[in-house]
Amino acid sequence: MGLTGLFLITFLIVHLGINLCALIPDGGETFNMAAEFMGSPFIKPLEIGLFLGFIIHIIDALVLTIQSRKARPVGYEVSKASANSTWYSRSMGLLGTLLLIFLILHIAHFWWPSKITGFEIDGRESHDLYSLMLYTFKNLWIVLLYALTQFSLGYHLLHGFKSAFQTLGLNHPRYNGIIEGVGVIYSVVVPLLFAVIPVILYLRVNGHIAF
Amino acid sequence: MSHGDMNLTLKIWRQKNKEAKGIFETYPISGISPDMSFLEMVDVLNEKLIVEGKEPVAFDHDCREGICGMCSMYINGQPHGPKQGVTTCQLHMRSFKNGDTVVIEPWRAAAFPVIKDLAVDRSSFDRIMAAGGYVSVNTGNAQDANSLPISKEDADESFTSAACIGCGACVAACKNSSAMLFVSAKVSQYALLPQGQPERKSRVLAMVNQMEEEGFGSCTNTGACEAECPKGISITNIARLNREYLSASLSSK
Ligand code: HEM
Ligand code: SF4
Ligand code: FES
Repeated sequence: MGLTGLFLITFLIVHLGINLCALIPDGGETFNMAAEFMGSPFIKPLEIGLFLGFIIHIIDALVLTIQSRKARPVGYEVSKASANSTWYSRSMGLLGTLLLIFLILHIAHFWWPSKITGFEIDGRESHDLYSLMLYTFKNLWIVLLYALTQFSLGYHLLHGFKSAFQTLGLNHPRYNGIIEGVGVIYSVVVPLLFAVIPVILYLRVNGHIAF
Repeated sequence: MSHGDMNLTLKIWRQKNKEAKGIFETYPISGISPDMSFLEMVDVLNEKLIVEGKEPVAFDHDCREGICGMCSMYINGQPHGPKQGVTTCQLHMRSFKNGDTVVIEPWRAAAFPVIKDLAVDRSSFDRIMAAGGYVSVNTGNAQDANSLPISKEDADESFTSAACIGCGACVAACKNSSAMLFVSAKVSQYALLPQGQPERKSRVLAMVNQMEEEGFGSCTNTGACEAECPKGISITNIARLNREYLSASLSSK
């Protein structure tokens, strides 16, 4: 759980970096270049690793959840869990499931058309991922879905980031402050930037902003 | 017994034996003094039940001074009740208000089956201790204490971990019914001392293995255990357990 979680955290930084290129107002040139690099054979093993990372993380999560259910067959009548832990630390499975639902839609929006079926823009076959992005984010509902999912991601990571270090035994009074601090900054900044991208592209493609 | 003027409504889990289906019974109780301990309040109820010819509520207790770890009660949704850092026997009725409804449940975990009413079987903890919670000692005269050098910091930290009284509140509070805080306190207490070194690797492997066999859930680091532990055992111990376990698994033959 800890290892796969940290691996996914690292992946998200790379993913965010590439997506931010889409904000550069150059008609998607930089973004398409970055995306093309990510499609090179050199990256392929990493892509497979990423799929495996997600799958192991999700299987791990399922095993944990089933074990916990079995470990308490009769529940409490009254439980005041808010007195001893944060709601998001107790809702990792739920937050993760929301992320999984998003992930499936996200793959259907971009990975599937670009890697498997190919896609058309304005009736013509295209390889322009930037245009596919603009085309997808024309739709306000999709933009809202992408933006709101970032809350799940933020809270999943607010617990997950420091939890992963604790799982790996990395807990030391000298470094705990740094780990916690970086975790909070990551969990706020990364989802926020991920949310901003579709919003700006929506405004751009619908002509609400000039850049 | 000294009486006061608090009136309470108690909702208590009653279960005849391990196999029986339990239910909540409601008992109004009056004349409780705010200076009574929580267990003394239940004593008052039990005296009343006995006079009425009813079965008294079974509950575990021994020292009644916060050191034996027997008094397992889940009170109003929290192990050992609303106060931090105390066991049920050290909880006083002044922590409640006149007219309160108090719900009392046993620890809930597959590894802590209910024996009767509020008493649960915590022998799973004993079996974890038997699996590795010991050190090899030579027979004969005790060694001169000063021949075993140990830093003050390590001695203090070991002592702090050894403060665990095995009450099981950590398991009761945990959403996963994980026993990691208990096991980590026991593993830490030995791992930090020179006397604990000979079995250092085999101990952590055996204790974690036994913990899993007993059917405790897996830790997800919510920190509920640490917040509810009456002895203030820190989850830093859990990180140490994870380290000890990882290095023992990687290096044992
Ligand atoms: C972008 C995607 C994701 C990232 C970066 C991520 C990251 C993390 C991290 C760092 C942890 C903590 C590991 C530990 O405590 O050792 C964690 C835990 C967890 N994750 Fe994820 N995760 C992601 C997606 C998912 C998905 C899709 C699911 C479910 C289907 C999921 C379910 C869980 C669960 C159940 C835990 C439980 C451990 C706990 O309660 O602490 N995660 N995740
Ligand atoms: S770690 Fe704390 S809560 Fe858990 S058994 Fe020991 S004293 Fe009780
Ligand atoms: S009865 Fe011994 S700790 Fe409460």
